[in-house]
Amino acid sequence: MLLIPCPWCGPRPEHEFRYGGAAHRAPPEDASAVDDAAWGDYLYSRDNPKGRHAERWRHLHGCGRFFNCIRDTVSDRIAGTYKPGEAPPL
Amino acid sequence: MTQPFRTAAGGRIDRQRPVRFSFDGRALEGCAGDTLASALLANDVHLVGRSFKYHRPRGILSAGSEEPNALVTVDRGLGRVTPNLRATQIELHEGLTAISQNRFPSLRFDLGAVAGAAAPLLPPGFVYKTFMRPASFWKRLYEPAVRHAAGLGRAPGQGDPDRYAHQYAHCDVLIIGGGAAGIAAALGASATGARVILCDEQAEFGGSLLSEPGVTIDGWAAPDWVREAIASLGDQVTLLPRTTAFGAYPGNLIGLAQRLTDHLAQPAPGMPRERLWHVRAGRVILAAGAIERPLVFPGNDRPGIMLAAAARTYLHRYGVKVGSRAVVVTADDSAYRAASDLHAAGVAVAAVVDLRPEPVGPVVEAVRALDIPIHTGMTIGGAAGRRRVDAVRLADGQTIISCDTVLMSGGWTPSVHLLAQSRGEAWLSVGACAGAFGLATCLRDGTEAGGSQPGTFAVAGLPEMTPAALPLPALPHPKAFVDFQNDVTTKDIATATGEGFVSIEHVKRYTTAGMATDQGKTSNVNAIVAVAAQIGADPAAVGTTTFRPPYTPVTFGAFAGPSRGDLFAPIRMTPIFSADAVPEDAGGWRRARCYPRNGEAIEAATARECLAVRNDVGMADASTPGKIEIAGPDAALFLNRIYTGDFNSLEPGQCRYALLLGEDGFVRDDGIVARATGDRWHVTTTTGGAAFVLHHMEDHLQTGFAGLRVWLTSVTEQWAVIAVQGPRSIEALAPFIPDIELGAMPRMSVREGHIGDIPIRLFRAGFTGETGFEINLPPDSAQQVWDTLRQRDVTPYGTDAMHVLRAEKGFVIVGQETDGTVTPDDLGLGWTIGRDKGDFVGKRSLSLPELSRADRLQLVGLLPAEAAMVPEEGAQLTEAGQGPSVGHVTSSYHSPTLGRSFALALVAGGRSRVGARLRVPMASGPVEVVVTDPVFVPRPPERPFAPTSPLPLLPAVARPAPVARAAGSVRLAALAPATLLSVRAGPGAATAIGMAIGVLLPTVPCRSVIARERAALWLGPDEWLIQAPEGSTGLEALARRAPADRPASVVDVSQGFRALELAGPRAAWCLNGFCALDLDPRAFPVGMCTRTLLGKAEVVLWRIGAEVFHIDVPRSLLPYVWACLEEARLEFADESSAETPAVG
Ligand SMILES: [Zn+2]
Repeated sequence: MLLIPCPWCGPRPEHEFRYGGAAHRAPPEDASAVDDAAWGDYLYSRDNPKGRHAERWRHLHGCGRFFNCIRDTVSDRIAGTYKPGEAPPL
Repeated sequence: MTQPFRTAAGGRIDRQRPVRFSFDGRALEGCAGDTLASALLANDVHLVGRSFKYHRPRGILSAGSEEPNALVTVDRGLGRVTPNLRATQIELHEGLTAISQNRFPSLRFDLGAVAGAAAPLLPPGFVYKTFMRPASFWKRLYEPAVRHAAGLGRAPGQGDPDRYAHQYAHCDVLIIGGGAAGIAAALGASATGARVILCDEQAEFGGSLLSEPGVTIDGWAAPDWVREAIASLGDQVTLLPRTTAFGAYPGNLIGLAQRLTDHLAQPAPGMPRERLWHVRAGRVILAAGAIERPLVFPGNDRPGIMLAAAARTYLHRYGVKVGSRAVVVTADDSAYRAASDLHAAGVAVAAVVDLRPEPVGPVVEAVRALDIPIHTGMTIGGAAGRRRVDAVRLADGQTIISCDTVLMSGGWTPSVHLLAQSRGEAWLSVGACAGAFGLATCLRDGTEAGGSQPGTFAVAGLPEMTPAALPLPALPHPKAFVDFQNDVTTKDIATATGEGFVSIEHVKRYTTAGMATDQGKTSNVNAIVAVAAQIGADPAAVGTTTFRPPYTPVTFGAFAGPSRGDLFAPIRMTPIFSADAVPEDAGGWRRARCYPRNGEAIEAATARECLAVRNDVGMADASTPGKIEIAGPDAALFLNRIYTGDFNSLEPGQCRYALLLGEDGFVRDDGIVARATGDRWHVTTTTGGAAFVLHHMEDHLQTGFAGLRVWLTSVTEQWAVIAVQGPRSIEALAPFIPDIELGAMPRMSVREGHIGDIPIRLFRAGFTGETGFEINLPPDSAQQVWDTLRQRDVTPYGTDAMHVLRAEKGFVIVGQETDGTVTPDDLGLGWTIGRDKGDFVGKRSLSLPELSRADRLQLVGLLPAEAAMVPEEGAQLTEAGQGPSVGHVTSSYHSPTLGRSFALALVAGGRSRVGARLRVPMASGPVEVVVTDPVFVPRPPERPFAPTSPLPLLPAVARPAPVARAAGSVRLAALAPATLLSVRAGPGAATAIGMAIGVLLPTVPCRSVIARERAALWLGPDEWLIQAPEGSTGLEALARRAPADRPASVVDVSQGFRALELAGPRAAWCLNGFCALDLDPRAFPVGMCTRTLLGKAEVVLWRIGAEVFHIDVPRSLLPYVWACLEEARLEFADESSAETPAVG
């Protein structure tokens, strides 16, 4: 079970959180302006990196906030978490 | 004394306290302090089991958890039969009943041993090869036969009557292994003031030091030094004996299995049998020691052949001689100490056989001085003896030495299993598991690893020894065993490599070496060496297999812990109770299926309830669907983006049915959006979708639509709901509702008013298509209103009737008619989409061509040709009774109103097929159905209603508060009701609200502020929970008086929670049985508060004193949380009340 540092509440056990998919994946500014293929790509295509992965989590059973997290998909190590709008840690 | 191999003195057993036990029905006697293995050896019992595959006689190989052979079943009575326990780990207690395994009919005469004679027929992979064909034979013939012949022990057939606990713990330093290095690490860590957990799988700390009475540390005999060192550890060190660290998980989470009662003849009542610890460690120090390697030679598995160090342990720790005449065979100096010590104890040592050509050093010279013959550059070529070794033949083929014991040592393998699982976490390993073998080195490294200066220890009495190199490979031989537990020989390994399996992972799977409960503790290195020899590689290049958790087997009970029975999953209870309800658990709630009268069957009751709603008036407990209060000036804008509808035009007092879509355009939930007042909205969700919808809304609010001035508060538990439905509903309700004119309420409208003197939010809406209302009211008053209406002959109806009633109208249930691939138009609900509004979630996807194809699955009705035939839900639909599916049945019932069966279905191009016939393939043959419109019962004309005169409600119903079991060290009580406000606000508004209500809203996460009997708890960066004494009625209005330019949301949630207090010195411990947070006062100080999980329930946990916790529990989860806390308190129950059942 991961220990996830919530940017507000500090380190908490994984079961207080809910995974929110890949981070930094904003929808197109004007969805009606993109073609079907690009929209389908936005909906369904995801990177599946081995190693560093930026992902969203929500501290569901805590402060309720969404935030971003850099996790290594091989070691499960978390390099850091940051609030929406903040820059990812190195 | 009946123990012929017990020494006269010495060891850590108590000869004055005999302990009676039985093995295979034979009454035996050991001593307090014995293990089952040492007691059996004291009684000259060496044959203790039969091997897994060949049923070969097996004895005791080791003195610890690495034991592969001596697996027995312990019978503690009905349902308490545990197979596959290691005799070397079972502590002897009065009345212990142990039974050998894997033999029939008896241990000495075993029919399965013919498998040994047939060993050439059972090569590695025999299961894969022999039983492949024909496939049908597998189930009927091979599998039962293999199951009977194979397997170790038998699982008990009864339920387990024991209790099992879980415990969450946090520490700065976890030390795994309490031998010399581990104890030194604990000394080093304890001196720094760190929180330390020291665990060891044995009953006593000390490891190998307990077998070294002749060694001194700082002048103390080693076992006495252990005692003094352990006693000097501070309060910050938690000592966990009988506790196996079985697995390492991400985030430095280590699983520990602690055995609490198996060693006791009479465990205390209330005591769990085992406790599974979830330890979150800052640092982990692995001091797991090393395991002696067996040597591989033909017949090396015979009883009487054991590890050399084990023989010393039995002698020095348990006062047991392992035989009368021993041969020592070794590749390592340490076995020479066994030779000397056993000789000194009066055991004849016939010879030492050393694989090394020129062994030298003090331990070798000491044996030479005893005139014990030493054969160097030599090994054993074979061992003879049926149920116990009686002679060995040396590899020269000439020398035969008679003996009843062979002691072997192939050197030592560091116990790195857990390190291999840690996936690169920053662990330290010290002592023998780090390859350090000098005692002074282990002690010094231990203190340094603990965080102190390296300690210096004066060690005396331990001769200098040279560790062995890797053992030499043995020749392939069908009886030279590499893995005792899995019956794998050097010949099996040669077969595997000969068939092309050269990766050690493939060899493991093909031969089973290193698999199962043993995980290769004694076999791994020998298997690697054997593979290396066969493929001509360097053993280091062969690599190791992956060590998997658990390190040693952990009971299912320990993993399940308290999560069984009522505590397996929380069942949420609504505030309405009816003794005649037939309960069902659905969507996490206990709901009523129906309310049978006078022994009615369920179908009959459901039919009667349906007709009551259609023709008269019925009522349902509709409290379970989710409710969300949405407040703020941008609420309409937000709802427009979340739901399909257009809410800009919705006036206060109006409601609208709405669908919620995913970005992919598919229906995720539905509900009613009601504008209660100006900018306060009341939104309902499905029962099962409540948590998802709130999460989905927060997602968009926090990330996608950030900046909208909108706040969400779950009020699912703040409002109970009674749905009153049917043509007579106005007449039934009007006498009790003084301030709302029911007849004047349009369909899909909402009003605030009263029933009796109880405040309500009344919806003119329903799920039955009849004239009807949904009364939202405080849960504390729900029973009173329910009972009053029942007395007025309003027929209660359950979920079964509700399902029929809504399906007759073609109303869908999300999750039943939908499956995540269904669009609004597929359901015929395209009309819910607002035409003139802007973008909303899912809109772009709805314009994908795939989502508007004419042959999409569309919702239709079905009428079976045979009126009594109710097709199965989920059944496929075809055009001809066979061939491709054109859709499936989603709902199917008997309609009492229609007097026949009917169904809803999703059918390809369904709306264009109305009138067509389809066939449902069923087991009894195809059933014909006709496709219809999904609305079966049209809306009836509004019926005029008779004027009524006011009536009083029945008296309010008081519920007694639950009473807790008495337990002085951890007291549990239900607290008096309080006023609770949920405040959601931005920073400016938060300050204004705090000043208005007289308690500032804290800005520091997870902290509380108390002022004048009011408390403000930080729950999130824009969310607070305000607590005040019950009846603080003006508080909500005060809080709402925030300036208009700084809007906020204030919602009364007093009814949604029940407050508990847990207090006493063991309060934090009991919470940690179910809550994973670090509750140390430094990590969770007084005044800290947070939402968290207690078991599977979300609660607000607030520490209001050093030993006092306040827990706000969602009211539907009170019975579950109460039961969890009572389960945790059972260990501490005052004696007189240990058996008192808790009132939930
Ligand atoms: Zn948080």
